[in-house]
Amino acid sequence: MSNEKQQGRIVSISGPLIVAEDLPQAHMMEVVRIGNEKLFGEIIELHKNLVYIQCYEETTGLRPGETVTSSGVPLSVTLGPGIIGAIYDGVQRPLDTIYKSHGDYIARGIDVDPLDYSKKWDFHPLVKDGDIVKEGEKIGWVEETPTIKHYIMMPPGRSGTIESIQEGSFTVKEPVATVTEKGISQPVTMLQIWPVRTKRPFAKRIVPTQPLITGQRVIDMFFPVAEGGTACVPGPFGSGKTVIQHQLAKWASADMIVYVGCGERGNEMTDVLMEFPHLKDPKTGRSLMERTILIANTSNMPVAAREASVYSGITIAEYFRDMGYNVAIMADSTSRWAEAMREISGRLEEMPGEEGYPAYLSSRVAGFYERSGKVQTLGGSEGSLSVIGAVSPPGGDLSEPVVQATLRVVKVFWSLEASLAYARHFPAINWLNSYSLYSNLTDAYFKDTIDTLWPTYRIQAMSLLQKENELNEIVRLVGTDALSESEKLVMEISKSIREDFLHQNAFDDIDTFTSGRKQFYMIQNILSLYTESLLRIRAHKTLKVSDIMDLPVRASIARVKYQPEENIEKCNLTTHIKEALDKLTSTLEESND
Amino acid sequence: MIKEYKTLSDVAGPIIIVDGLDGCSYGELVEIFLPDGSVRHGEVLKAEEHKALVQMFEGTENLNIHSTRIRFSGKPSEIKLSPDIIGRVFSGLGKPIDDGEEIIAQEIRTTMGDPINPYARDYPSEFIQTGISGIDGLNTLVRGQKLPIFSGAGLPHNELALQIARQAKVLKKSDQFAVVFGAMGVTFDESNEFVSSLRESGAIERSVLFINLANDPVIERLAVPKYALTTAEYLAFDLGYHVLVILTDMTNYCEALREVSAARKEIPGRRGYPGYMYTDLATIYERCGRIKNKSGSITMMPILSMPDDDKTHPIPDLTGYITEGQIFVSRSLYAKGYYPAIDVLPSLSRLKDKGIGKDKTREDHPNLMNQLFSAYAHGREVQELAVILGESALSDIDQLYIRFADEFEQRYVKQNRREDRTITETLDLGWELLQILPETEMTRVRDEFIERYYRKGGR
Ligand SMILES: Nc1ncnc2c1ncn2[C@@H]1O[C@H](COP(=O)(O)OP(=O)(O)O)[C@@H](O)[C@H]1O
Ligand SMILES: [Mg+2]
Repeated sequence: MSNEKQQGRIVSISGPLIVAEDLPQAHMMEVVRIGNEKLFGEIIELHKNLVYIQCYEETTGLRPGETVTSSGVPLSVTLGPGIIGAIYDGVQRPLDTIYKSHGDYIARGIDVDPLDYSKKWDFHPLVKDGDIVKEGEKIGWVEETPTIKHYIMMPPGRSGTIESIQEGSFTVKEPVATVTEKGISQPVTMLQIWPVRTKRPFAKRIVPTQPLITGQRVIDMFFPVAEGGTACVPGPFGSGKTVIQHQLAKWASADMIVYVGCGERGNEMTDVLMEFPHLKDPKTGRSLMERTILIANTSNMPVAAREASVYSGITIAEYFRDMGYNVAIMADSTSRWAEAMREISGRLEEMPGEEGYPAYLSSRVAGFYERSGKVQTLGGSEGSLSVIGAVSPPGGDLSEPVVQATLRVVKVFWSLEASLAYARHFPAINWLNSYSLYSNLTDAYFKDTIDTLWPTYRIQAMSLLQKENELNEIVRLVGTDALSESEKLVMEISKSIREDFLHQNAFDDIDTFTSGRKQFYMIQNILSLYTESLLRIRAHKTLKVSDIMDLPVRASIARVKYQPEENIEKCNLTTHIKEALDKLTSTLEESND
Repeated sequence: MIKEYKTLSDVAGPIIIVDGLDGCSYGELVEIFLPDGSVRHGEVLKAEEHKALVQMFEGTENLNIHSTRIRFSGKPSEIKLSPDIIGRVFSGLGKPIDDGEEIIAQEIRTTMGDPINPYARDYPSEFIQTGISGIDGLNTLVRGQKLPIFSGAGLPHNELALQIARQAKVLKKSDQFAVVFGAMGVTFDESNEFVSSLRESGAIERSVLFINLANDPVIERLAVPKYALTTAEYLAFDLGYHVLVILTDMTNYCEALREVSAARKEIPGRRGYPGYMYTDLATIYERCGRIKNKSGSITMMPILSMPDDDKTHPIPDLTGYITEGQIFVSRSLYAKGYYPAIDVLPSLSRLKDKGIGKDKTREDHPNLMNQLFSAYAHGREVQELAVILGESALSDIDQLYIRFADEFEQRYVKQNRREDRTITETLDLGWELLQILPETEMTRVRDEFIERYYRKGGR
């Protein structure tokens, strides 16, 4: 792309779409400045001498004839120290800086630096003069937050011999090293600029082997996601998509979180901004904001920037992956991104596909999720990028194009259901039709780290829930009387799995996060009540399930979720359960005698 | 830069095309002069070098290609603001229609509004007591929230909205309140119902009304929320009022949007509504909230009637995706005579969690709420089962759940149109009803609250 700036003129304006002419050097994806107010835009189509531009700002007031200035560069993000803890709009303008300079509302034509270019950072070299460095290699680091070392890497495409490198205090634009390649020596700064629509390169893909632990019971136990894996959360409004995404951003065992609020509510971003600084990462004990980057393009902000926001987010996430971190990105909601694509496509008068979405919808969706994965980085470390996308299907109808395009590429499907949400069963993940293709990973991991019985329990608990579903059919036809005692037991135990294990209140201080160990005890309690009761029901014909359910130990099982992690030993109730049942059967035997 | 033309080239539905222009700007306001001396208004939807596509607020009836003069104002639509607007009545396009004087502007603002910087927002967390248990106890409203009423033809949504407007208060505070009311395509009777109720309670003196009635121009409905919200922003964030915005009926607004889209021959989205309706509605709803270091707030209650009572219809669906919850008015509860007929299960307040509990309402509120929801949901399930199988086929405990669900509807949901329950009354009533169920069923309640509240039966 030529770096030359040229000037053209506006021919027409319709919402976010601008048509311009007289820009013969224009390139696809090039950034332009539009009109007297210098609004921010990107070239999305070329047609003879006409250039089609999507504008990332509100276009009211623009007039045909005003100028359009090309920049010679594609839409990019600026990467370097100072990025952690930031809140950006969809095209990486820092909203906190904009607030300070422009007040409560987002004005137009604002030009602010994505990073603080005046701040000095203490740079610590990892290589020395004379070392040969390859592209992507870490040459030093900055302690950006107490949790995250921000590694300074050779930019992709650059390698050579270190001519000089200094320890010391630098701004992101000052050179920290000089590298000679083929006789030409050039400075390296702490800053990288990367086009958002191009994925950052890596050495090779590795099959994910580690689960991403979330502390959410239904996820870790039944529908886990891998480090470097992909998951989607479709569901109608109010079913809990955002709360799940927030919970993962809070508690997932990743090193870095990029949270993209794409076309959703302003207050949901405020919520994160106000809450995260006060929450502690369970792994490091440090404030969650020290590992979080937010991208906020809320529903009332310009629609085209919504389209860009997911790309800005994933490029930032890839950058941290390249440092060898396990990064997770949440996009809430990918439907708004798809709708932005549809709106622009409609204005371009492209041939519409299903429900008006452009024909390239599924390839764009696939392309986005394809940027996930566990990789060996160019620098030789291992990093991963997990992608979790919310989908907002109209009317909750899962057959619509965005859900379908997503399901074709992701490996985990958390199906949220309105009826569960109405009954306030949260997370409202339907346990019968959700799935995860990573269960073998968690099985292996928890077998090693917690207990060899983990997989057995997982399978047993799920088959009880499936049995309950079958029995429900019978109950609906003829009532509970038709059930045998052991079937009644299945019903009661399944209810306990649902109420005491799957149900998890995100707003309860303790219940909000459950360690793997505690999850294990919780499911073990319930299943041991099942196994032990079943034995005794078979042995004592007069034993009633209702008697078992009246035992006080039932309430204890239910309340384990409110046991703090510090009291983990109190969570294992198996001995109590046996004792309580023995006592019950011994009274039976007495009365039989 | 005001310019005048006589070069109207096309008229179709609410859209006109003006030709031979010497430039115009996107979104600018246009005035159209008819030979009979009347004036209409429009807005530029597409600006080209020599041509403009204009949406006509008052329609295109009787328009003639040759005898019409068109004036381009050079700026988008604006509203004149001053504290004197309080107590006044305006048309959908912001013209006084109450025989009062023209407003002398202290401020002129464009009605489109800029997006609030998410960083500038303050999270809404102040509990509003509406005096209605189905809201206060289970779907709590907070200051700065947008909480629509999803209803249907013939249901008491207007009465409910008015009862809320009358009774809403923030405990232990005495702040300045104001009401901004925007009517879109409602009947004269309905509009009058609002006006007389506001008058009766004296609230009319603290209200600003924008009225577009059923027989007023259809496309003008698109302007109402913009005028209403620009006014609300002024009252809240310049003058420090706590503003309640009531918009009714959003369904009529959306239909006007569809009409314009169809006239532009845009590719229709679901059921003919345009694909950008989500974004369009968001630019309305997201204008409410709280802003850091500003004392006022905008709380919004849009009312919408669901076509066919269908919540998957694009209007309620897209609204629910943007607003911070919704209050469902149920036809079957209303048929039983249970005003305000709130169906609490599909209803939701997304902001309740930070507005209830210790220091806000009462420590037991969150647990109690979860328990009531879970008990009523189960009760409804077994109610349905009982219809098929007969009550005797149910287990003892399920029979108790049926009783609970019945009493919950009759005593908790149902209340008098003038009944203003305190939050303590609402909470105590909840515990009292839970007495129907045994303690072992209280799985959503922590031990301490079982002891402190459940065992005392709410007293
Ligand atoms: N895990 C949870 N625990 C408690 N409440 C929840 C949970 N998940 C969802 N909710 C409730 O459901 C409401 C809607 O959830 P949200 O994630 O905003 O839905 P969506 O994004 O699907 O529209 C929340 O405001 C909250 O009250
Ligand atoms: Mg959401």
